[in-house]
Amino acid sequence: MPQQFLAQGEQLQVPAIDFAAVLPILIVFGAASIGVLLEAFLPKHQRWSSQIALSLTGIVGAGIALAAYISDAPEGGITTFMAQGATTGAIAVDTPALFLWGTLLALGLASLLMIGDRSLEPGGAFISQAGLQSGGLQTREQANVTGMQTEIFPLTLFALGGMMTFVAANDLLTMFIALEVLSLPLYLMAGLARRRRLLSQEAAVKYFLLGAFASAFFLYGVALLYGYAGSVKLAEIAAATAGSSASDTLLYAGIGLVVVGLLFKGSVGPFHTWTPDVYQGAPTPVTGFMAACTKVAAFGGMLRVLTVAFEPASWEWEVPLWLIAVISMAIGAIFGLTQRDLKRMIAYSSIAHAGFLVVGAMTLTEDGLSSTLFYLLAYGFTTIAVFGVISLVRDANGEATDLSSWAGLAKRSPLVAGVFTFLLLALAGIPLTSGFIGKFAVFSAALADGNAALVVIALVASAVAAFFYLRVVVLMYFSEPAAEGPAVTVPGAFTTAAITLGTAATLVLGIVPAFALNWASAGGFVP
Amino acid sequence: MIASSWLLVAFPALGALILLAGGRRTDAWGHLLGCATVLASFAYGVALFFASDGKPTDTTLYSWMPVADLQVDLGLRIDALSLVFVLLITGVGSLIHIYAIGYMSDDTDRRRFFGYFNLFVTAMLILVLGDNFVSLYLGWEGVGLASYLLIGWYQWKPSAATAAKKAFIMNRVGDVGLALAIFLMWKHIGSVSYTEVFAGIGDVDSGVILAIGLLLLLGACGKSGQFPLQAWLPDAMEGPTPVSALIHAATMVTAGVYLIARANPIYNATPNAQLAVVIIGAFTLLLGAIIGCAYDDIKKVLAYSTVSQIGYMMLAVGLGPIGYALGIMHLLTHGFFKAGLFLGAGSVMHGMNDEVDMRKFGGLWRTMPITFVTFGIGYLALIGFPFSAGYFSKDAIIAAAFAQEETWRAWVFGGAAVLGAGLTAFYMTRLMLMTFFGKRRWTELKSEDGRDFHPHESPPVMTIPMMILAIGSAGAGAFFVFNGQLAEWLAPSLGALQEAEHGVVPHSAVPFIVVGISALGVLLAWLIFGRREIAVERQPVGAVVRAARSDLYGNALNEAVFARPGTWLSRALVYVDNKGVDGFVNGLAALLGGSSGRLRRLQTGFVRSYALSMLVGSFLLVGLLLMVRFA
Repeated sequence: MPQQFLAQGEQLQVPAIDFAAVLPILIVFGAASIGVLLEAFLPKHQRWSSQIALSLTGIVGAGIALAAYISDAPEGGITTFMAQGATTGAIAVDTPALFLWGTLLALGLASLLMIGDRSLEPGGAFISQAGLQSGGLQTREQANVTGMQTEIFPLTLFALGGMMTFVAANDLLTMFIALEVLSLPLYLMAGLARRRRLLSQEAAVKYFLLGAFASAFFLYGVALLYGYAGSVKLAEIAAATAGSSASDTLLYAGIGLVVVGLLFKGSVGPFHTWTPDVYQGAPTPVTGFMAACTKVAAFGGMLRVLTVAFEPASWEWEVPLWLIAVISMAIGAIFGLTQRDLKRMIAYSSIAHAGFLVVGAMTLTEDGLSSTLFYLLAYGFTTIAVFGVISLVRDANGEATDLSSWAGLAKRSPLVAGVFTFLLLALAGIPLTSGFIGKFAVFSAALADGNAALVVIALVASAVAAFFYLRVVVLMYFSEPAAEGPAVTVPGAFTTAAITLGTAATLVLGIVPAFALNWASAGGFVP
Repeated sequence: MIASSWLLVAFPALGALILLAGGRRTDAWGHLLGCATVLASFAYGVALFFASDGKPTDTTLYSWMPVADLQVDLGLRIDALSLVFVLLITGVGSLIHIYAIGYMSDDTDRRRFFGYFNLFVTAMLILVLGDNFVSLYLGWEGVGLASYLLIGWYQWKPSAATAAKKAFIMNRVGDVGLALAIFLMWKHIGSVSYTEVFAGIGDVDSGVILAIGLLLLLGACGKSGQFPLQAWLPDAMEGPTPVSALIHAATMVTAGVYLIARANPIYNATPNAQLAVVIIGAFTLLLGAIIGCAYDDIKKVLAYSTVSQIGYMMLAVGLGPIGYALGIMHLLTHGFFKAGLFLGAGSVMHGMNDEVDMRKFGGLWRTMPITFVTFGIGYLALIGFPFSAGYFSKDAIIAAAFAQEETWRAWVFGGAAVLGAGLTAFYMTRLMLMTFFGKRRWTELKSEDGRDFHPHESPPVMTIPMMILAIGSAGAGAFFVFNGQLAEWLAPSLGALQEAEHGVVPHSAVPFIVVGISALGVLLAWLIFGRREIAVERQPVGAVVRAARSDLYGNALNEAVFARPGTWLSRALVYVDNKGVDGFVNGLAALLGGSSGRLRRLQTGFVRSYALSMLVGSFLLVGLLLMVRFA
């Protein structure tokens, strides 16, 4: 009974909403909700095709709505979901938000294609009944039964909608809710692998427990900041920092805890510990989705919070974040050296990349913002394609992710090895790939901001990380293939499209990055 | 017409692409395509020749390297000079391509051979058609690559592999010179296009012009096999004979002469560099001729003959406006007769189980009449028999050498050129006598693989190109000098050919002197080799011949001056690299790998320790924040 909280005679105030601006989010959430209904009312054999059609339509429709809005978006951006009498709304639609929405929708589309693929594994990469106890005979049997848990599609859409809300959230409470909306589906999705059920469920539980832990940090931080500023709005926190009489301890502890929550989602060391286990255990299409989209969302949110809310306190958080970036780069680069499993290796690579992204995120200049946005776009495409390729190399037990089974792959499948080599070079940041442009932009922005020491460390970390990427290349090209090694499955249209999209974007952004860089630097956050 | 001149390059480039990328699928018709592309270029070149007035027309294809102030366009220059080269390269090139169909018919990789051949022609066309020095450099390097691939064609033979490497590396030395010259132009003139460089050369310090001139000369020496970089050219005979013909007549070695002729505004501005060109030319022409007298290997003799003849061309272009057109004319006539001679030598080898030792030949004129006649015409042209091609082109150079203003130069260089003509007549007569006349020494011998020799005439696909070249060898010279039409045609590119003043020797006397000296050479050769039996085994020889057979120690010189210090330097660097750099890097790698191995135990797999790690991280972050604030 909401009326109870209203004073006598007062009416419930409806916030002002600019529907055109948030239409992409609404379409994604709408499609997700319809997807749930489809699950309830359609017979099992019709679900996959109708869910696929619905989800793709939803994402493409959201993309069209986004493009339509961008074509005459107001200069400088707007905020919407504005309560009466308030000066700022709960959702900010500005250039970074629009850029990140576009990025998320494109990456979401590629992920969805991989999630919907049924050519590599009969029935798809997901179990048909997630509820069965793992390890039992039934589970083993149903690994070979066709059909999959088609809830994965609405879950993906909910997560995607949450991410889009997250990067546009203009107050910490909206941000928290978006964080949960994006996280909860991911926990479930991680546990749906068709094979290696135990590993998958372990990943889901670990992710959930640690995610809840991190959410608690975030929420506690929000509470402390509210105590300090009297508001959860990002702009008002910034204003309060400039002239509040409340204890600074609240502010700094609050900043620290909120940032911890964000760093967790971005898998930045030392909050990265879940990453290798979850990346390895989750079904590969979901890993790709998490690695690309979650990272974009987490850093998109971090960019906004650091720039809009915490900018006045930047002098204080600069040193701790500097250290965090170094730790993350070091952990990613050093731990990656001795990994034997390809998915774990890419997980550590993503931790190293998270370190590079922190370097960009803490550079609060225009170049810092645009280069970090570009980096996210470039990294997302490359990563999705990487996981797409990983899902192709299979043996009798499903994907063969152990490094040794990739030996001599180039002799058996030169095309796959060639594409994978190109993607690894992009991760290493070799010129003519988007990875190089991204690193170059981020590092030069940081250098211009006076962070030379950090850039040097980042370059050293890149060099160390390049070693383990190149080791895979050497393994593929210069080793003899194992006698009973895995076979490269010829992918169906969906996975082919996803890999092609990711690889082509990596190449195009590496050769003609100007259009994306220009868009990323077209404007800043709305205050 | 001129705007689509890129087609000249595109035809053979397309051929090379199809043949090399198409693989075995193109085996059946690859050789035909290879010939067709070059013929198409030739046809287009002829059409262009008649459409053009010889004045330079630059067509920019696209912006190649737009980097800040450095704007390099990929452009083509169609003018008298480049068109003449286009006709030589594609015309003589076509004949050699056709000949190679027969010559390479037994090779299972003939299709790949034609791919490389087309690549060679493509690169050479880029070299002569570029409208700036960087485009020229592109072709320059392409020629180097193609020659490497073709010289090392019989790659299973260590000698061929070595020869290919030698050609490539010695060309590199010259390439460095060319590259440095281009850098200097860019630094001092701010452009690398012919138009701007030649227009701006006058404002440059004379020392810089001299440096550019000498560096360009170094590049030219590398490509054209001039002293001190001549040693690769004879070794390049390890490739199949059509390759030798292509390198010596139509592509590659002519590049150096082209470069100096093309850069004539630069050389006109620096007499000292011109003198250097003349000295190199005169020295090399004697060197080549002397060594040519001593070899028994028919292809080596011809190779040193090329070294010597290119020396004449260098001498000519070094003389300045009185010589540019003469050098180009000799280059063209030489293109005809040397291609003919090489194809003839190839024909002889084809019939003689690939034997190259002239001591095992003899009396072949009866068994290979067409080869003998065409080869003979080439021979007459080369020694400058009156009214043959060489008579007009070589005598003109000698006359110009005698006509230099400074008396000592006229005597020294004119004398060297005349002496060279005598030596040429000697060694070529020796070659003719040993190969086609005298006793049939091969009847009692077996080839290296144990077969008997059954010399026979080559198939028409080989002899017809030889005949066409023979016609050129006989008549090209007269055609070119008729009304001075070649010099006139070339004037837009090279400036008008200045009439040489009457020098130390009267102009009209020069032909008589040259023919007289040449006749002396022929006579001497006949006295030594024509009247006496030629022993199949090598005979003990005197010091001079020994020196000549060691290439006048050219290899030893290179070894001492370049190779050995280079080896020492690289050994020293390897030592530093192994002990210092590698030690550091390996140590670092071991440190990182070791710490990775130890640290990964932190990743226990227990959620509780993960949560602990997060907690520690949070304490760290919040603690630091508070510390920064309140410290």
